[in-house]
Amino acid sequence: MFKIVKKRALNPTVSEMVIEAPLIAKKAQPGQFIIVRAKADSERIPLTIAGYDRAAGTVAIIYQIVGGSTMQLDSLAEGESVQDFVGPLGKATEIEGLKNVCVVGGGVGCAIALPVARALHEAGAKVTGIVGFRDKNLVILEEEFAACCDELIIMTDDGSHGRKGVVTLPLEEKIQQGANFDEVITIGPLIMMKFVVGVTKKYNVKTVVSMNPIMVDGTGMCGGCRLTVGGKTKFACVDGPDFDGFEVDFAEAMQRGSMYREFETHAREAACNLLKAEVQ
Amino acid sequence: MPNMDLKKCPMPSQEPNVRNKNFKEVALGYTPEMAVNEAKRCLQCKNHPCRSGCPVDIDIPGFIAQVAEGSFEAAYQVLAASSALPAVCGRVCPQESQCEGKCVRGIKGEPVAIGRLERFVADWHRENTDTTPAKPTPNGHKVAVVGAGPSGLTCAGDLAKLGYQVTIYEALHVAGGVLMYGIPEFRLPKAIVQKEVNGLKDLGVDIETNMVIGKVLTIDELMGEYGCEAVYVASGAGLPRFMDIPGESLKGVYSANEYLTRVNLMKAYQPGSRTPIQKSHAVAVVGGGNVAMDAARCAKRLGAETVYIVYRRGMAELPARREEVEHAEEEGIIFKTLCNPVEVLGDENGCVKGMTCVEMELGEPDASGRRRPIVKQGSEFTLEVDTMIMSLGTSPNPLIRSTTPGLDADKHGCIITNGPDGLTSRPFVYAGGDAVTGAATVILAMGAGKEAAKAIDAAIQAKQ
Ligand SMILES: Cc1cc2nc3c(=O)[nH]c(=O)nc-3n(C[C@H](O)[C@H](O)[C@H](O)COP(=O)(O)OP(=O)(O)OC[C@H]3O[C@@H](n4cnc5c(N)ncnc54)[C@H](O)[C@@H]3O)c2cc1C
Ligand code: SF4
Ligand code: FES
Repeated sequence: MFKIVKKRALNPTVSEMVIEAPLIAKKAQPGQFIIVRAKADSERIPLTIAGYDRAAGTVAIIYQIVGGSTMQLDSLAEGESVQDFVGPLGKATEIEGLKNVCVVGGGVGCAIALPVARALHEAGAKVTGIVGFRDKNLVILEEEFAACCDELIIMTDDGSHGRKGVVTLPLEEKIQQGANFDEVITIGPLIMMKFVVGVTKKYNVKTVVSMNPIMVDGTGMCGGCRLTVGGKTKFACVDGPDFDGFEVDFAEAMQRGSMYREFETHAREAACNLLKAEVQ
Repeated sequence: MPNMDLKKCPMPSQEPNVRNKNFKEVALGYTPEMAVNEAKRCLQCKNHPCRSGCPVDIDIPGFIAQVAEGSFEAAYQVLAASSALPAVCGRVCPQESQCEGKCVRGIKGEPVAIGRLERFVADWHRENTDTTPAKPTPNGHKVAVVGAGPSGLTCAGDLAKLGYQVTIYEALHVAGGVLMYGIPEFRLPKAIVQKEVNGLKDLGVDIETNMVIGKVLTIDELMGEYGCEAVYVASGAGLPRFMDIPGESLKGVYSANEYLTRVNLMKAYQPGSRTPIQKSHAVAVVGGGNVAMDAARCAKRLGAETVYIVYRRGMAELPARREEVEHAEEEGIIFKTLCNPVEVLGDENGCVKGMTCVEMELGEPDASGRRRPIVKQGSEFTLEVDTMIMSLGTSPNPLIRSTTPGLDADKHGCIITNGPDGLTSRPFVYAGGDAVTGAATVILAMGAGKEAAKAIDAAIQAKQ
């Protein structure tokens, strides 16, 4: 059992939990993830590490309430404990040698982008942050980003906060203006990462994407997390979660990502090809 | 007088059409009368060929003689001298290619039902004796075991009995390895596995779940700040292989490990489980081993109307235990042998709707001695299925070898050892089970754990 030492809502559907896990806190690196099981009968869900405090022995996770598993996790209060907490899993984001990086985050993916931006900042790199949200109410971690980005651009779909539009807009402008990034690191919804790669490919700016496919064990045992990268089958939990964005087969990843959506939201029994009808 | 019946005493079992809808154990076990009767079929051969077929050299005629006498606890003690997991091995060992394959009675008629007798004795012991063992006197030495599958559990148990302070580190949230996440309840009840695990705890073994070695702690840390004098790596071979054919990433294509993990470990078969598993109508399981049989039989139990085993060689070449093949056939699994998929077909939503297969024929024997399957020209056909389960074998995951400097592994990722004692290229680091051999059997994994425990004890004692 792992104690929840702090819990706070970041926006109406996104919360942060700080969990007591000294061994994981000691080893955690930006870009790695943990697997949590809220209760004895819960699913194992992968969540990227949103922060860690080695001295206090705690690890922070940020999650969006999207279905049964995250609802169960969210039903636990500060002071209670989660059943299982395993990590740190996956490879850390490679930041060594980077001097000038653009970190592009979308929605709850910003929670994952933050420790990467922070680590880059601490390593002395110039960090340009571009973070996108649907509207003003969903903006999270603005102060935290501001503290570690040399420049921070906030985008909302409706313009209710920051600039109006999608993250690729300022990204392309920056590249055109000669920002000369060593690398773009992007974390967020698959569709957003796909569009980011669409832009960076045009200008041949190396781009790292953080993939979060379906996982069960997180140790390379089930193959549920498999992706096609550069024509080869890769397991996100042991080979990733970071991959070269130019090589990832996004169309396939998006299709696989929808496998259990209907189950997670409601219809437990609906057959696979009923999925479309169910959701609409 | 021996019982000269040519056939084994039949195993009481659930009816095929009842059991293919539930997850309760298929084989119900012998009664004491049946066991005594079957034990009397043993001729007590002087040269006991059966023993040479047993990878851990159990005194087979010895334990069977005790069963024939009705001395079941004495029979158990004979088994326990060589095997740490008789209740498990009696159920899952491929007896037909081991002890029973060598039994003299098998020349004319059926061999003695050694596996069923082993199971009976172990079950009898579990149900009739209070087995809380006395805690051994600590000898002051610490050893770590990585992985709580049969190999790690056995090594830990043997070392604990010698007084070692043993900690098992297990990546998953429960101990048992494949016995928990792979082999289904209807073949190996999980209560039996947990009984073994609890027995180790009673011996003073500390089991730390949720600990992925190589990530949260490395082998070097275990041997450094954690003060372990030796480590036994028994992390299994869990990494599934795929075929690399088009369409393998469609929705509805699973590795057998994912399918079985969802069903067994996450209990997707129980109503109200929170772990999703697709409801299938027609399932094709690709492969012919025990894992394939288990996946197929689970799919049937979860309600699939049609379940195929698709295997590129013939019925005679199926590597699964014979009993599992027979059970699967009785339960209505359809065997499409000499058949190989070349493409998975998807619908407009990216879900599996079928697969293209080719027929095969057997050619010359290959390096493994088995006849090599060759594609029959122009034999393509389509099999309509909505789920495909890939059961093509597994290899060790990279977590340990990639984080332990100086630990040699071969090109398949299997850890290299210098012989049966399991010593690796690193001093005081031992390895065994599937992590060394690649996917093999419970008995070999258990045997390797026993050998390594002896070697670790000898190495630590020699230091002083
Ligand atoms: C579905 C299925 C059916 C089978 N049927 C049979 C059968 O009928 N008869 C038979 O003899 N054999 C059968 N086998 C094979 C048999 O189960 C294995 O050979 C045996 O379990 C190997 O034991 P092991 O202890 O080496 O590894 P495992 O049982 O695989 O245990 C390894 C353990 O190590 C853990 N681990 C992995 N990496 C790490 C890490 N980095 N840190 C900590 N822990 C880690 C894993 O989570 C796992 O619990 C079957 C296998 C499967 C999958
Ligand atoms: S070979 Fe068969 S008959 Fe002979 S001792 Fe072994 S089990 Fe008994
Ligand atoms: S999560 Fe199971 S192999 Fe990656």
